[in-house]
Amino acid sequence: MTRSRVVVFLLCLYPLGFWLAQGFIGGLTANPPEYLTRSSGEWALVGLCLVLAAPPAQRWFGVTWPLRHRRMLGLFTYFYTVLHVLAWALWEQGWSLSAMWVDIVTRLFITVGVVAVVLLTPLAITSTNAWVRRLGRNWRRLHWLVYPAVALSIWHFWLVRAGKNDFADVWVYVVVFAVLLVTRVLAIKNTGAGRRRL
Amino acid sequence: APQWGERNPEYAVDAELTSETAVTTYNNFYEFGTGKGDPDARGGAFKSTPWTLTVEGEVLRPKTFDLDALLALAPLEERVYRLRCVEGWSMVIPWNGYSLSALLKQVEPTANAKYVEFVTVMQPETMPGLADRIIDWPYVEGLRLDEAMNPLSMLVFGVYGKSLPTSNGAPVRLAVPWKYGFKSGKSIVKIRLVEKQPVTSWVKIAPHEYGFYANVNPEVAHPRWSQATERRIGAGFFAPRVPTLMFNGYADQVASLYSGMDLVRNY
Repeated sequence: MTRSRVVVFLLCLYPLGFWLAQGFIGGLTANPPEYLTRSSGEWALVGLCLVLAAPPAQRWFGVTWPLRHRRMLGLFTYFYTVLHVLAWALWEQGWSLSAMWVDIVTRLFITVGVVAVVLLTPLAITSTNAWVRRLGRNWRRLHWLVYPAVALSIWHFWLVRAGKNDFADVWVYVVVFAVLLVTRVLAIKNTGAGRRRL
Repeated sequence: APQWGERNPEYAVDAELTSETAVTTYNNFYEFGTGKGDPDARGGAFKSTPWTLTVEGEVLRPKTFDLDALLALAPLEERVYRLRCVEGWSMVIPWNGYSLSALLKQVEPTANAKYVEFVTVMQPETMPGLADRIIDWPYVEGLRLDEAMNPLSMLVFGVYGKSLPTSNGAPVRLAVPWKYGFKSGKSIVKIRLVEKQPVTSWVKIAPHEYGFYANVNPEVAHPRWSQATERRIGAGFFAPRVPTLMFNGYADQVASLYSGMDLVRNY
């Protein structure tokens, strides 16, 4: 392992370490289940934005580590996504499959979130070198799914906040995503860099 | 210091009290910010003295009360009430105060008085949340007059035998325990008796999510979550959610207020 790999790995553990530390000092608010459910979801969203930001970070600022460790960033993002889903399943639904199903089919914000997770799952599975080889050119096509997944995740977050009429942090993600999407499209159009460099 | 009164055994809850720390640090009070910890963390500059509460509108004797007059108006007592938040969590809280009806009787509502509107204070210099236009400030809530006159509707001055902290709505708030928590206005400066149903803050923002009645009802789901169960604050990390009770467990006292009403439509 290179040193930067270790550093990125430890950085990715930060949310988990923070929760554990807060848990020990009683810092997870009076409602730890809700805090952890929301926090895991927001860290997953942060992770998705970091993954998308990796190519422009290299191209514009010469920062290479996000792209070099993008697979790890992506897998940690999926890890926090899974924790978010487990938090919902445990604390909102009490592991009841029927209650989960009712929630998924009757509540748009859950449906949208679940579709995002479904889109991300094959990306996590096909992240190994073997799968990259096996899929060839299709690997890149498949991994474009990250864009609709991020869009759905932000929509999910927007729907969560809709009832409270409180969109300040949702707009931050909308703007970040829009900028990353536009730069990616422009990069491909102008130079083909996005195409060659995955 | 006022005498906070004995616990009234008529208002008991068969469950453990939520810790004072949780009650006073986990709050929705958007005037201080939308975070649950904001009211406690950012409420330090709030001025709860001197305080006046004006009762006006369709009444024979409109009057402005200062806090001492309010505290002397009726004997204080402690009541343990359930609090059910529309977000799906709940607490069990010992409030100190008396029935709101004691105050309303003083001002003698006229025959035109059908509803009661409650207005929360605006202190822009001490309430940083007022800078966010999440709500068309001031915060307004309302009850039907018969709901307000029900003995359960409580004017609250203290919690856990102490003056209300800022986060709980110092120095005077409502507790309407059979309704979702947002119906119980905090830091109230005005009570207005009116003929028409008031346009309350949440009805203005999201009428499909938060109705005027907002009675706790496990059978009527919020558009984004079921209301069948609730998470009792402080119950522990892996404690299962508990079933939500019709009218938050106060059906015996209040169900008759809604006889013949469609509670799905009037959510």
